[in-house]
Amino acid sequence: MDYLKAFLIGGAICAVVQILLDKTKLLPGRVMVILVCLGSLLGAIGIYEPFSKWAGAGATVPLTGFGNALFKGIKEALTEEGFIGLFKGGFTASAVGISAALIFSYIASLIFNPKMKE
Amino acid sequence: MQNQKDKVTASDVVIEKDKTTKEEKYNQYVKDITPTHNIFKNILNAFLVGGIICVIGQGFINLYASLGAGEELSASYGTLSLVLLSIVLTGLNIYPKIAKFGGAGTLVPITGFANSVAAPAVEFKKEGQVFGIGCKIFTIAGPVILYGILSSWVLGVIYYILMELGVV
Repeated sequence: MDYLKAFLIGGAICAVVQILLDKTKLLPGRVMVILVCLGSLLGAIGIYEPFSKWAGAGATVPLTGFGNALFKGIKEALTEEGFIGLFKGGFTASAVGISAALIFSYIASLIFNPKMKE
Repeated sequence: MQNQKDKVTASDVVIEKDKTTKEEKYNQYVKDITPTHNIFKNILNAFLVGGIICVIGQGFINLYASLGAGEELSASYGTLSLVLLSIVLTGLNIYPKIAKFGGAGTLVPITGFANSVAAPAVEFKKEGQVFGIGCKIFTIAGPVILYGILSSWVLGVIYYILMELGVV
């Protein structure tokens, strides 16, 4: 059941973004920024967290889930540590994703060579 | 716009003297040669590929949960696994091929973010450690991290004020 939900919800989010890409000529980088900010906003108004509890990976794997995690991290840090949490929670919550992407990418740059475009 | 159905060629555009007609012809020419994709097929492909990536993510999360990790830890390891998988596929030049088919389906998931970090790291290694890999690795990741951190900070400030006021 959770696999079906992940497939349908995750697929639906991607399909909506595909429409956006086709209709607006937005560049992929911009779309990613929009998704993260949107996720953070939906997290802040309290919608995304219950949604991702229900949809599982269908909601956490898309970048909107990344945005939601950023706000969630800030919220938790604020509750636990007060004001300083504003400057801590976001990076704490996104640490694994960002560190993994940077470290593995660096290692990849040592191993792989650029391919010629076909 | 012109109503004529004939294809405008590049030389038509070049030889046209009148500026407005030239512009119209140019626009028509661009429209003619821009490949048109079937939008419904694109959406379906994005749905399928994005859905499958999320299912793989769910698979990782369930796997780590079954190994005894808590909810948050399984999610973290799930993210780690997807990022690693995506970067390996990027290095092997497989992810770009999936992306060509899946469009937004490969862009929206966290694997798309990982791909956008790994691709320039590999691509620009010849330009050096600092100005090649070091700078270019953040080409897409930089804006995403900046605006993600900024927007969540702004929302956090609002949340903090509401918290102090005792609203939340």
